[in-house]
Amino acid sequence: MRDVAVISVAQTRHRRRVRELNEVEMLMPAVHGALDQVGMTIDDIGFTCSGSTDYLAGVGFSFVSTLDAVGPWPPIQESHVEMDGAWALYEAWVKLQLGEVDTALVYSYAKSSPGDLPMVLTRQLDPVTVAPLWADSISLAALQAQALIDAGKATEAQMAEVAARSRAAALGNPHAQLAWDRPAAELLEAEPLVGPLRRHDCPPISDGAAAVVLAAGDAARERVERPAWIRGIDHRIESIHLGLRDLTVSESTRLAAQRAGVADGPVDVAELHAPFTHQELILRHALGLADDVAVNPSGGALAANPMMTAGLIRIGEVATRIAAGEADRGVAHATSGPCLQQNLVCVLEGEG
Amino acid sequence: MGKERVAVIGVGQTEHRATRGDVSMAGLVREAASRALADAQVTWADIDAVVIGKAPDFFEGVMMPELFLADALGAVGKPLFRVHTAGSVGGSTAIVASQLVQAGIHQRVLTVAFEKQSESEAMWALSLPIPFTPPLHAGAGGYFAPHIRSYIRRSGSPDHIGMLVALKDRQNGLKNPYAHLHEPDISFDSIKESMMLWDPIRYAETCPSSDGACALVLGSEAVADAAAADGRPPAWITGTAMRSEPTLSAERDTVLPLGGALCAADVYRQAGITDPRRDVDCVEMYVPFSWFEPMWLENLGFAEPGQGWKMTESGATALDGDLPVNMSGGVLCTNPIGASGMLRFAEAALQVRGQAGDHQVDGARTAVGHAYGGGSQFFAMWVVGADKP
Repeated sequence: MRDVAVISVAQTRHRRRVRELNEVEMLMPAVHGALDQVGMTIDDIGFTCSGSTDYLAGVGFSFVSTLDAVGPWPPIQESHVEMDGAWALYEAWVKLQLGEVDTALVYSYAKSSPGDLPMVLTRQLDPVTVAPLWADSISLAALQAQALIDAGKATEAQMAEVAARSRAAALGNPHAQLAWDRPAAELLEAEPLVGPLRRHDCPPISDGAAAVVLAAGDAARERVERPAWIRGIDHRIESIHLGLRDLTVSESTRLAAQRAGVADGPVDVAELHAPFTHQELILRHALGLADDVAVNPSGGALAANPMMTAGLIRIGEVATRIAAGEADRGVAHATSGPCLQQNLVCVLEGEG
Repeated sequence: MGKERVAVIGVGQTEHRATRGDVSMAGLVREAASRALADAQVTWADIDAVVIGKAPDFFEGVMMPELFLADALGAVGKPLFRVHTAGSVGGSTAIVASQLVQAGIHQRVLTVAFEKQSESEAMWALSLPIPFTPPLHAGAGGYFAPHIRSYIRRSGSPDHIGMLVALKDRQNGLKNPYAHLHEPDISFDSIKESMMLWDPIRYAETCPSSDGACALVLGSEAVADAAAADGRPPAWITGTAMRSEPTLSAERDTVLPLGGALCAADVYRQAGITDPRRDVDCVEMYVPFSWFEPMWLENLGFAEPGQGWKMTESGATALDGDLPVNMSGGVLCTNPIGASGMLRFAEAALQVRGQAGDHQVDGARTAVGHAYGGGSQFFAMWVVGADKP
């Protein structure tokens, strides 16, 4: 495989409601921030790929107007996935493997605020058997959390520890939406929101955007001192039907981790796209992470969960730490669908 | 380091109709995918990854439907990838799938594209909401009619060219058992007398709204060699290209889009095509409104600007002409939007495999599949050949 690295990362400050900007205006600082950091313009990019979903924008072909703002003139090589930006990065990585282009721009964005997000996400479910029941995303996550507790694999106290640690870590993240320092014991005094989940077990609803620049081989080395090399990347999906899978494990994450080579070396840092606290516990296990691995030092999706973007941000956060020399090898994870249905795992490394 | 070779080893499509009330969305994609697997003589277990494409989720009212379709696509435990590039998506999806093989990541990839348009009303789904766009952009025809009027004015084309295209494609469609529209009584006069919808686009010069799906199995060199040795000729993919340009840009020429021309030049360069008119045996292009045939003949380098209509008028693009275009009947006969691009790519593959049935072009060795989308701003093309590159 060709050496491909993340050489630049930018994201917006994520907020509950971005009222004064449309999606394009919200996105542009991330795109140009990522390009500016490495002294590039859109003309220097060999391939562009984005991730978003029309259902949040409430209009068909919403990505078309966003691309307009990126300015694809003269015409560019470009593609779009109706998925999290982490999968757009995967498509760009494949494109770079072909050796025809050396650089790629990946971006993703979503404004969830105009709609009722948990209700909108019910439209992802089987339209014949489940979606008519309007099973919202928090209730489905609660089913998974209860299954985990019933199986003796987690406690509400452990879940609260995840929330406390993530939100405290987010105090050091300038992009975070939700950050505070409160002890786990205090969190457990709150009433359940959808039992066994309390409010602290759930992610914020966020508007936000992110962009990443990828470069291959020397194109990466020429532009930055310490590229974050993608050493392995893989993604897997499971059935959407919750009755057809064991909700207390993430088999697709385990498979993707195996293919991406997570266990091939020590892991210094892991950024996991776990919107709900119990999902971090499931993912740690599926990825085989040791207890001393720093998990979600950014605060993770519990600090900001911009749809279609939170997965790409996880890759960006690991890359940023490697570029800064704070970590040598890290794991980034992205998820999609109800209860961790689809998962992507990316292993990143610094050199020297 | 170089790209691995990749070939189409299986093609499947559904029967297309205005309403496929006999199948669900899952049943529709399963029908096409099962046929592609059978054609390739592989099973679900042989597939390493699945790449799916479709146009806006609003058409069927399911957000990111690949999530619930994972079971029907045999993707559980595998990578499942979803592409969405507007009307060109069927082509882009096939290209993304082919790159997974070219990059050496997978040996056999299943790619599927679909649309179940009966579950919505495409005319209004494609009318972007006021106040952001003028309300007179009713449907895709309302958007493209001014482009066509501009083409007619610039090229000096006589008025009947669009009707000739419609007649040819609908007659070709009669030879394709999978085509949605089968109109045995169609004639030049019946097209001419059909209702004017968006001047100069008449009703009979317009694509239908279809339910349907298309699927391809793509294989690595070793897989394709084995199929060839078994007497099942692969369609070798000798070039793929995608280009995008902005919807709203002062530099844009919507009659002769630069993105389309660059896409064609790129794909021909890869396939070693120096004179498209001479080197290409047949073309399946995305012609949702009849006048796009002469426009795309020019954009893809088969005719000089302003001259495409003369090729159409001369009969060069007929099934027995020297450059047959839309042998299957094309988008004018069958238009499940998300699948339409892949159907073009699939027809090109069928032609070079000699498996196009009654719409086979004799001796087709090199074929072009073409798709476009958005406001003539997204382009996807591939070249397939009977000969191993």
